[in-house]
Amino acid sequence: MHSRARITALSAAAACLALALTACGSGGTENAGTEGETGTEDVTLSVGTFNEFGYEELFTEYEELNPNVTIEHKKAATSNEARDNLTTRLAAGSGLSDIEGIEVDWLPELLEYPDQFADLSDPAVEGRWLDWKMAAATTEDGQLIGYGTDAGPQGVCYRADLFEKAGLPSDRESVADMLDGSWQDYFDAGKEFVAASDGVAWFDSAGATYQGMINQVQNAYEDNEGAVIATDNSEVKDIYEQVLQASVTDGLSAHLTQWEDDWVASFQSDAFATKLCPGWMLGVIEGNAEGIEGWDIADVFPGGGGNWGGSYLTVPTQGANQAEAKKLAEWLTAPEQQVKAFESKGTFPSQVEALESDALLGQTNAFFNDAPTGEILANRATAVEVTPFKGPKYFAINDAMQQALTRVDVDKTDDPDSSWEKFVTAVGAL
Amino acid sequence: MAVTDRVHTPPPTRQRSPRDKSVKRLAFSQKVSKWDVKLSPYLYISPFFLLFAVTGLFPLLYTAWVSLHSWNLIGGQGEFTGLENYEFVLAQPFFWNAVGNTFSIFLLSSVPQVVIAIAIAAVLDANLRARTFWRMGVLVPFVVAPVAVGLIFNNLFADQAGLFNEMLVGVGLDPVRWHSDSLASHAAIATMVNFRWTGYNALIFLAAMQAIPRDVYEAATIDGAGRLRQFFSVTVPMLRPTIIFVVITATIGGLQIFDEARVFDQAGLGGADRQWQTLTMYIWELGWGQRNFGRASAVAWLLFLIIVIIAMANFLITRRIANQGGRQ
Repeated sequence: MHSRARITALSAAAACLALALTACGSGGTENAGTEGETGTEDVTLSVGTFNEFGYEELFTEYEELNPNVTIEHKKAATSNEARDNLTTRLAAGSGLSDIEGIEVDWLPELLEYPDQFADLSDPAVEGRWLDWKMAAATTEDGQLIGYGTDAGPQGVCYRADLFEKAGLPSDRESVADMLDGSWQDYFDAGKEFVAASDGVAWFDSAGATYQGMINQVQNAYEDNEGAVIATDNSEVKDIYEQVLQASVTDGLSAHLTQWEDDWVASFQSDAFATKLCPGWMLGVIEGNAEGIEGWDIADVFPGGGGNWGGSYLTVPTQGANQAEAKKLAEWLTAPEQQVKAFESKGTFPSQVEALESDALLGQTNAFFNDAPTGEILANRATAVEVTPFKGPKYFAINDAMQQALTRVDVDKTDDPDSSWEKFVTAVGAL
Repeated sequence: MAVTDRVHTPPPTRQRSPRDKSVKRLAFSQKVSKWDVKLSPYLYISPFFLLFAVTGLFPLLYTAWVSLHSWNLIGGQGEFTGLENYEFVLAQPFFWNAVGNTFSIFLLSSVPQVVIAIAIAAVLDANLRARTFWRMGVLVPFVVAPVAVGLIFNNLFADQAGLFNEMLVGVGLDPVRWHSDSLASHAAIATMVNFRWTGYNALIFLAAMQAIPRDVYEAATIDGAGRLRQFFSVTVPMLRPTIIFVVITATIGGLQIFDEARVFDQAGLGGADRQWQTLTMYIWELGWGQRNFGRASAVAWLLFLIIVIIAMANFLITRRIANQGGRQ
């Protein structure tokens, strides 16, 4: 009897601990929608963001313009943290902020559940954003679930001092000329550089470079109906092989994984000479490479323009103050405000008018050798030709691909063929 | 018992009608006291079981229900699929890989942990100066949040810029590929777990050691046993029940290891080749990464079954050891 009771107690304790999963159905909440009256009652609006949106001063400004509104800012450290928070609270059906910032990479997953988000389409904002920016947040039925904030047009950041040492041209115009063309040209320049320098790699990571390349493919992993084509798509396989050829066989990669400790630390040593960089990356490089001189940015991107990342503001339908929230989101994402956010934290605006604003075009960056970053990034934004189709499984497939590249480039646990096999298995399991 | 027996004895027939009422009343109050005796103990322990039913049993059964459906984290319940989720998960190489990793990390952490904890406890049990200071000192790592421990150790275990590898290179050895080599990553994660839990277990052992009667040691000393002999022939056998407790809690905790492994890199999936993905991390990847709650729940249930089996095996083995200990 005694021992049986103990076994039962043990199993019970094990059960308690083993299963922390509680599933919740999602329920729609009653709400007044976004059509209600604004500006009359006192409201407190919560705004959830992550990383740096550059909104701190704008919130104060809005509160002064609208005395009935108090803004409560909830800032997550990383976009992954924000995504976990958003998903969990969507599933729970409560607890979200009145405005939630979301990132373009997980936008397609959310487009699957349009009734969780207020329809923000409005004649007043028609034509405010670059076409691809707005199209990405619009459902097939024409519902706009988010207002675009920033975008990630990419240039090439490089170390002018290391270029000079290797005997390559180092001012930003000549570098732009040298790197203009296809990805093969970029890799060929890399071979020349690596041959002439002592142990310095051409780029930081195979995964990051692949990211730049795949963002130029219209339908990389899914066709327009959302059917998965990733493993049969010869374009994907070609890019995979090309980037690994350059990284491993030709030794152009510094064999790092983005965001890992080693990657962060590598900015302090002369580990690599170039890096694909969207606007928001400038701040990251400046932070990691503090005290290192020689960084510059060239107005060029191999294989045509490319966009990497960027965010939106959404108004979840579970919120109680949707009309006020929509008004605030609209104000924040207006060109004038986004230019101020760019000045504050370097988040590059996705609004057409902002791209032409003098405040933006006149912007220079002291860390990058006083480069006219505003003008360069504006050129890069207009150079973007392809809007990649990102379906609901894009995030997961791209993740699996990044791991496939890391296995060969960083971990060296696999060769390109065996790693591709594992990628095929992983995609099959989604 | 005599009181309750009397209720059942039928009263003599001739006395029945005049005293009918009082008998009834007596019977009722006695019934109440009978209930009191029989039910109260259950009532007193019921809060635990009610709480367990709400926080333990309900999620357990609900998870089983979810695992039989296709179920999206946001979209909610889909159609009933029977055991399809289990079939799918059991056919995944990642699942079996996670099982292997979990056991490897569990063994690498639990075994050294128990051994070192006993050794530390033995030292603390000796006559030290500033005893309380040392005893509290071993508990300090336990107070640090596991994620903070992860951040600190990540810095130490970084492949290229980490302190450990720089030290290895400094003395002319090859650097260890902490984030690429499967076993090396398990050792690194086990180090974090051990850092956190060894001191805690040492205190439990210390408490048990202090409960060992001192005259046993005196007798051993008179018999001519040295310190080492006393430790192995007196201390360790007397600690058996405590060892059983520590081993069982370490098993349950070890099989559910999550925090340390998850913060071992930024992506938190257990490495590009899933070198250190544990079962709980696999649940996380399925449920929150892929938002497939059905499959995540299936893995959760499989993990539950594994823990029950291991806990029972553990129990049977340690009970046998304990019995032998008793006989000696």
